[in-house]
Amino acid sequence: MVTRAAIGSDEERVWAELSRIPDPEIPAINVVDLGVIGSVNVSDERVSVELLPTFVGCPAIGVMQEQITARLRALNVANDVEVKVSFNPPWTSDRISVAGRERLRLAGFAPPQAAETPGLIGLEELAVMPIAECPFCGSRDTTLENPFGPTLCRAIYHCSACRQPFEQFKQV
Amino acid sequence: MAETPPIDATSREALAELLLSVADDEFVIGFWDSEWTGIAPMLEEDVATSSIAQDEIGHAKVLYELLAELTDDDADRIAFGRASDAFRHASLMNHARGDWAFSVARRYLYETADQVRLAALTGSTYEPLALLAGKMRREETYHLMHADTWLRRLADGGNAGRDRLSSSLECLWTDAQEIFAPLIGEETLVREGILPEPMRAMSITWQARVRPKLEPICGALPAATPSIDGRTRRTSDFAWLHGEFTSVARSEEAATW
Repeated sequence: MVTRAAIGSDEERVWAELSRIPDPEIPAINVVDLGVIGSVNVSDERVSVELLPTFVGCPAIGVMQEQITARLRALNVANDVEVKVSFNPPWTSDRISVAGRERLRLAGFAPPQAAETPGLIGLEELAVMPIAECPFCGSRDTTLENPFGPTLCRAIYHCSACRQPFEQFKQV
Repeated sequence: MAETPPIDATSREALAELLLSVADDEFVIGFWDSEWTGIAPMLEEDVATSSIAQDEIGHAKVLYELLAELTDDDADRIAFGRASDAFRHASLMNHARGDWAFSVARRYLYETADQVRLAALTGSTYEPLALLAGKMRREETYHLMHADTWLRRLADGGNAGRDRLSSSLECLWTDAQEIFAPLIGEETLVREGILPEPMRAMSITWQARVRPKLEPICGALPAATPSIDGRTRRTSDFAWLHGEFTSVARSEEAATW
């Protein structure tokens, strides 16, 4: 048997607490499953968390920083809590966990497509439209109505099979 | 944010010019496009244009923060506390939003140029900028898709739209060059790899890419190159916009946000 000193460690408590913090714009998914937690570092004095924004201009970043700071302060694992915004690595929609994708689907959001050529879409590839699977009936007979939805990270689709409009968490 | 690498005074000054030029481009086009919120030609466009404008202003915010960190300044002061003649956006952003075709024409010219610029900046030796450029580029792909769709839609949709688009492109073509206007200290930036390509080279890449798309719409476009004052010329249109976007900050100067 291997005994793991890490079990029940402060770092694990921090991760567990983070996984109970919902995304402010789509509360169905927590910040860990969304993939926006880049790293967690615990020392005697300080808990440091790197937050990877889904979109550079996401207006919820400040709210997330405040929420995470408050919740981790209440954990009392160190005197100081620091939540820093980072673009290293850049958040991509591939960072959403399998569980997170399922939670999005249950909440009526199509999860993003897996990226085949991450970040390298140029003028030439523009004819290729992203595909989304209807979160209500599972059909792929859907059309992109608007790549820009109610928040920066959401696109609007229409399902031809069940005739429902739905939103997709955008592929980036 | 990654730790700022050590950088000498000359490079820092040049880098500050670069950051300011990109940030001001994004900030000012974002504000012009935000003027369509509520009055775009259709509901989907209202949402799309507002979302794109929000993206651009968000990009500017992070660029201003990088600049503030570099020069020991404050991002809000840089954005809202400068006089209009201290802005360094390209002349393309000096024009009022105009009609829908005019905004589409500007957005297309800007997005295509911005793609060339961002592609270069992802290779910057200044890591915070390279990382941010990589992230921005993924988002800008959607903007480019949007601009490209509208360009084709207006070009193929009948004479009224095509004529307006065509005259807007002709009107904006020269000022669009200024996105690649030479920067003060550019040689230093290129030598240090902070700017992986000279502006002039990017300008040539961009023209080769957009001329074949634009000339079937508006006929042969004149030979044009970036000019030395391409980022310092200001207009009364911009003076008006500057008054608008600084009005809240000016209303209560001592306020903290």
